[in-house]
Amino acid sequence: MLRGDVQPTPFFVTGDPMILASDVLIALTLVGIVAALTYFKKWKWLWREWLTTVDHKKIGIMYLIAALLMMFRGGVDAELMRTQLALPNGRLLQPEHYDQIFTTHGTVMILFMAMPFIFAMMNIAVPLQIGARDVAFPYLNAISFWMFFFGAMLLNLSFVIGGSPDAGWVSYPPLSETPFSPGPGENFYLLALQTSGIGSIATGINFLVTIFKMRAPGMTLMRMPLFVWSIIGTSVLIIFAFPALTVALALILFDRLMGAHFFTILQGGVPMMYINLFWIWGHPEVYIVILPAFGIFSEVVSTFSKKRTFGYSSMVASIMAISVISYLVWAHHFFTMGAGPGVNAFFAIASMCVGIPTGVKVFNWLFTMYQGRIRLTTAMMWAIGFIPNFAIGGATGIMLAAAPADYQYHNSYFLIAHFHQVLIGGVVYGMLAGMYYWWPKMFGFILDDRLGKAAFWLFNIGFYVCFLPQYQLGFMGMTRRIYTYPAGMGWTTLNLISTIGAYIMGIGFVFIVLDVLYSAWRGERDVTGDPWDARTLEWSLPSPAPHYNFAKIPVITARDAWWVAKQENHGKLNEPDEPIAPIHMPKNSGVPFLFALAFFVGGFGLVWEWYWLAALGLAGVLLCLVTRSWDYNTDYYVPVEEIEHTEMALRRSPT
Amino acid sequence: MTIAHETVLRQSHEEPHSLEYSTSGGRLKILGFWMFLATDLVLFGCLFATYLVVRTHAATGPTEGQLFDVPTFTAETLILLTSSFTCGLGTREMRRGSRGGAVSLLIITVLLGLSFVGLEVNEFVKYTSSGANVQTSAFLSAFFVLVGTHGCHVSMGILWMTSILLQLMVKGISQVTAPKVFVVGLYWHFLDVVWVYIYTVVYLMGVIK
Repeated sequence: MLRGDVQPTPFFVTGDPMILASDVLIALTLVGIVAALTYFKKWKWLWREWLTTVDHKKIGIMYLIAALLMMFRGGVDAELMRTQLALPNGRLLQPEHYDQIFTTHGTVMILFMAMPFIFAMMNIAVPLQIGARDVAFPYLNAISFWMFFFGAMLLNLSFVIGGSPDAGWVSYPPLSETPFSPGPGENFYLLALQTSGIGSIATGINFLVTIFKMRAPGMTLMRMPLFVWSIIGTSVLIIFAFPALTVALALILFDRLMGAHFFTILQGGVPMMYINLFWIWGHPEVYIVILPAFGIFSEVVSTFSKKRTFGYSSMVASIMAISVISYLVWAHHFFTMGAGPGVNAFFAIASMCVGIPTGVKVFNWLFTMYQGRIRLTTAMMWAIGFIPNFAIGGATGIMLAAAPADYQYHNSYFLIAHFHQVLIGGVVYGMLAGMYYWWPKMFGFILDDRLGKAAFWLFNIGFYVCFLPQYQLGFMGMTRRIYTYPAGMGWTTLNLISTIGAYIMGIGFVFIVLDVLYSAWRGERDVTGDPWDARTLEWSLPSPAPHYNFAKIPVITARDAWWVAKQENHGKLNEPDEPIAPIHMPKNSGVPFLFALAFFVGGFGLVWEWYWLAALGLAGVLLCLVTRSWDYNTDYYVPVEEIEHTEMALRRSPT
Repeated sequence: MTIAHETVLRQSHEEPHSLEYSTSGGRLKILGFWMFLATDLVLFGCLFATYLVVRTHAATGPTEGQLFDVPTFTAETLILLTSSFTCGLGTREMRRGSRGGAVSLLIITVLLGLSFVGLEVNEFVKYTSSGANVQTSAFLSAFFVLVGTHGCHVSMGILWMTSILLQLMVKGISQVTAPKVFVVGLYWHFLDVVWVYIYTVVYLMGVIK
């Protein structure tokens, strides 16, 4: 075996001056955060209000902050890659450093940016939209967040400790096996994804139960906002797709740590099996992140067109159709592996079929806008900007789905341009639309429209400048993951244009951050709770909503319940004619944080194959489980006086 | 459909038919646990798929037919199936309000589970000491991981069920403990179902020529 030849890996990564500078910066930032918390005496506040919270609104905010930070990290990776490729024979990054950066860029953007961003939107909006006081399992919700958080920390730690993974975000064997990827980098990838994956599965279960069981009386399934429907689709996909990732990662880990032979060529291993398992998760994963974006577009387009969504039932049917078909397309990620024309034909046709329900949705959004009274707010700009993006992304997707033609496009920059077009143009635009739309509900102030629109135009123009040239580069033969290229290939001009586009997008992101900072300082406060004159239940509450959400659960009689209440009942929801009753709420708990921390410790132990540390982590996990199981004091009642007091303070008469 | 009518339907639908369903918290937990079992089923499905792909890839190691011992896996099967039966009886005793009955049947279940795990550990030790370990071939990697994952689930179930039966002894049967007993029972039966597939796909298909 080659295992014996491996050089011992240094604990801290020190070689590269850029990483060294990051080490110093990270250390300084940490010291700064600790000093600030101590100086302002905020440790207790941090623990009581955030680390132990089980409130879905606060958990949503933490997901949002994490997603934006990870977007920054993944974005810096992207800018480094584009800088390297701007001109031929780039020397900014060493080849192995470039490999690490494209690996972490993909991993961070999908697992630690897109996923927490959709979880942020789900947490913030779903319970409010269905008239619930929290999710079905608030404690589990906190576990989900902290599992994601510590998973993300584990992956990011690899940057300065042990070395980043460098086998691509898909981590195909045999490249990701020990002989070709020695050292702890690949282990970091496997265990980080495993940790956050457990959290994701729990979130899927949690929201499905919440939506099925905790809707306000009268809110039938077909009266739910479309965002809630999209979360049903996403949750079902999470439940049936993520375990396949769990298995794929676990089997590679067995190969690496125990010397098993699942995916080695020797001793009968089958690397293709990993690739199948990975994409049985990986393709539904694409829909896991895009469906919530579709849901957000439905909300935003309807609100800012002052019309109910056109074709509600066909929207619901499309979401469900996409969810089902998305399980039948995974092999289109490896048409070139030679599964044979029969298999390829099946997956090609299934892949093209996804375009039908998606097309239905796009037309429904357009018809919703048709003859509507359109208000071009920033959220609406992101939603409108999405449509041409997705038209191009969809068309190039159909081109890639044609199996014979895919032999030409496979793993070229054409593919890169396609999936960025749908993932940025679809998911990121959707999440930013949702962020601008629900921001006042979360924080009580509106994000500034001028800065927001500047950010939108920079990002949108930068996007096309960055990615349209890449389609052409793909046709010209430039393949993905090359760290440089010689002059005289005819690629130089297009690459330079693409890099300029990436910089413009980066400036767009800076404007979003500026918008947040400026608006926190001088932004318009939302005193009405309904700044957009919107249609769904969350806007009937003050901004931010009290921790129990609804003092009385309203009775729902129609779709767009809040709009109907404003039109027909002077803005009063249909509430039961009873006095306010004490509200049953879950207690805060520090155990979810410690539970995920124990996973982190155990995972870190496995990364370095320090089994005593892994055992310690496992013991911590079991201890947390037992503690929770024996805890019979997990919830409490909010007394009526407190509710009345809160409602009065929010200037709502508790009748 | 009017609201009143709907409310009536909803209430009649959610009429508690036994103690574990009598609180909304209990009902939510049970539904949530069914969904967890769905995810676990997909997990085992992927492991089974992997096993089926590589089960003939024995490389230089022993094949299924050379390895599996009919009396051992038959005994394992009978013990686990019996434990599922006693677990079901335990749930029934819990519903009848008999704490002693529920606790003693759960203890029997745990003991049967322990003997199952003991037999399986013994089987694994026998294989590895004859040189057939996880590093020998893709077939053995898949065998140990599939059957071992099930074994880990059973071991976890033993710890969990022990914790629950201690809670029954300390706290008694209540609206809080009843869903706990029911859910750990669901888990146990689920593992039994998975074992039926392991018995068929791994062992029977392995020894039948």
